[in-house]
Amino acid sequence: MKPLTVNFRSKAAETLQDAQIQQSIEHVYTGFFKGRLEAAGDTPEWEELRTKGKAIKDHTIAHLDYYLGQLADNVEKNGGSVFFAEDAAEARKHIIDLAHKREIKTVIKSKSMVSEEMGLAEAMNDEGFETIETDLGEYIIQLAGETPYHLIAPAVHKSRTDVAKLLDDDFKEGDPVPDATELTMMAREKLRGVFERADMSVTGVNFAVAESGSIALVTNEGNGRMSTTVPRVHVAVMGMEKIIPSIQDLSTMLRILIRSATGQRISTYVTMVNGKRKPDEEEGPEEFHLVIMNNGRQKLLADPQMRESLNCIRCGACLNACPVYRKVGGHAYGWVYPGPIGAIVTPVLTGLKDASNLPNASSLCGACHDACPVKINIPRMLLELRYRTAEGSSDIEERTSGAKERGIWKAWRIGMMGRKRFDWAARLSRIVLLPIARNGWLKKTPPPISGWTSTRDFPLTASKSLKSRLSSRAKKAK
Amino acid sequence: MVDQIAPAVGESTVDVLEYLGITVNFLDDQTCCGQPAFNSGFRSEALPVATRFIELFERVEGPIVVPSGSCAAMVRNYYGDLFRDDTNLVERAKRVGERLYELTEFISHFFGTKAIAGRLDNSATYHKCCHLLREIGVEEQPLEMLFQVEGLEMTPLERADVCCGFGGAFSVKMPDISSAILDEKLDYIEATKANMVIAADTGCVYQMQGGLRRRGSDVQVVHIAEVLSKSIKNVGRAESSE
Repeated sequence: MKPLTVNFRSKAAETLQDAQIQQSIEHVYTGFFKGRLEAAGDTPEWEELRTKGKAIKDHTIAHLDYYLGQLADNVEKNGGSVFFAEDAAEARKHIIDLAHKREIKTVIKSKSMVSEEMGLAEAMNDEGFETIETDLGEYIIQLAGETPYHLIAPAVHKSRTDVAKLLDDDFKEGDPVPDATELTMMAREKLRGVFERADMSVTGVNFAVAESGSIALVTNEGNGRMSTTVPRVHVAVMGMEKIIPSIQDLSTMLRILIRSATGQRISTYVTMVNGKRKPDEEEGPEEFHLVIMNNGRQKLLADPQMRESLNCIRCGACLNACPVYRKVGGHAYGWVYPGPIGAIVTPVLTGLKDASNLPNASSLCGACHDACPVKINIPRMLLELRYRTAEGSSDIEERTSGAKERGIWKAWRIGMMGRKRFDWAARLSRIVLLPIARNGWLKKTPPPISGWTSTRDFPLTASKSLKSRLSSRAKKAK
Repeated sequence: MVDQIAPAVGESTVDVLEYLGITVNFLDDQTCCGQPAFNSGFRSEALPVATRFIELFERVEGPIVVPSGSCAAMVRNYYGDLFRDDTNLVERAKRVGERLYELTEFISHFFGTKAIAGRLDNSATYHKCCHLLREIGVEEQPLEMLFQVEGLEMTPLERADVCCGFGGAFSVKMPDISSAILDEKLDYIEATKANMVIAADTGCVYQMQGGLRRRGSDVQVVHIAEVLSKSIKNVGRAESSE
């Protein structure tokens, strides 16, 4: 998928004006966010689980090469094949070549953010394979020709009317709007035939278990299970960080993932796949292929300040908690991963220069860090990326701060390095702004703070500093 | 910010600390902890200012109290990142950080949340400032202190722990996003019908007050230090007139 991170500001502005999206996106707070709080509240060992989850991921990422090797060996022992793809293009080509070789006609996809990185569904359709998304949200997005809005709820921004229009060609404005169950039945009718004729499936991977060579899939619609059992070829795609050492670890990770994602204690389906059908088994695919993709993740791995972002299990809790995401929406982030986690991984994976607005679009409120099931310190990494865009990057291309901004902070530093200058600068600002102030407040301010007064009044510098107030107080006391 | 824009908050902080029997030493030479530049990514500009802060406060002993969870978070949680290339400074920052408390944290830690018994006849709601809540980990203590103020009718604020949209330079760099977040906060504030919003960080105070003023609302946003100081003075006045 081509990054459009450079359009952050315009896309955000557009979404802020869209009343329907603003209303639809509320659900991530009232539904998911509150659901997570409730589920965590009902789990007495919640904080220990988070600590354990973080430890599992820290350990795995620190020994990633070892566990990837173990995983590959065990998948092959189970009769599957493993392909390490350097980037999205390589992964795409590998899967398309395989589909040609196996004379595939219809491909069913279950939800996978990694396949979004590859732009896989679109590429396979272009190659002549009928490729259909089977997760309801993804299906809606595919019909709309859009990209996912949220990690686990790709169509969260769509209203029921939007969905009805996409699912029913005859639906007209003003018709009674079907409820969620009716809409689901409409999609189900369309998808059932596709499931029956599919000869290949592409699924994501929630967790790959190194010690057993199995993959775990978490779904609520059953499409994941259909995808892993019905077609004769099953291809699973994963980012190289989606790995854990053991089945015991899986139990911890599933508990924190599902509670953090939807607030459920367990999802409707948790599917474990140990590769292709065994000789004595009646069901299952004839072939199992695992595609493990790098696509820039090695850059995160090699970057001690950003490495922790590889701990992410893609639950979406940080999005639901984020006041910025809830206003600017998922598309503003311009690539596959929206919200706080997107704001830290997208700049590294796709280039910081175009994505420099992403780490800056944050009030640093820390709600993401609080919500993260594996305690990723997202604010710390946002600050690290701000540092790189401002002045800290060794790559001159990444430094996007302008001369004016650099000058402002230089002046700020000079003003802060001595108490006299500090007082003098404050007094000067008062003298300049006093004529346009009313009752100690300003309706308009000059740059660099003019942005503030576009929507809010700004306080005028006080007539006396705290220092002088306290010194006159001390004199009075004497 | 407190020093030059909201000196009343600083003075109220001194009032409250003196009420508790503490001798307050205000270091006249102080300016800023460096957070604005650090948060904007300009670490080379923040570094000398933060170093100056460390040097200044190393010269005195005793606890350091700041009426801001955000400044406290900078010194305690982020100086380590700012100074990461200098282990000596990291260590010195750590020692200063261990002495540094946010005001309500300091009071509740050393004196308990019932130490201040004042009076203020008004209705108010409380906004949980992000850095105090999530970086410093102080959530219920300020509320408990406000519940002690006689005559102060507290109404709970819906989504009190959601950010007001301030975020320092963010509020100026991306004013439309910052204000969209603020608008949601102000709607919840107005829904409480309280006369006053109490918060513990001046950045958030001005974000909310600036937005309320622009809306034409009469609701006042007040720093918790001012509320506590006023409530103490009200009792003192009542006693001296008796």
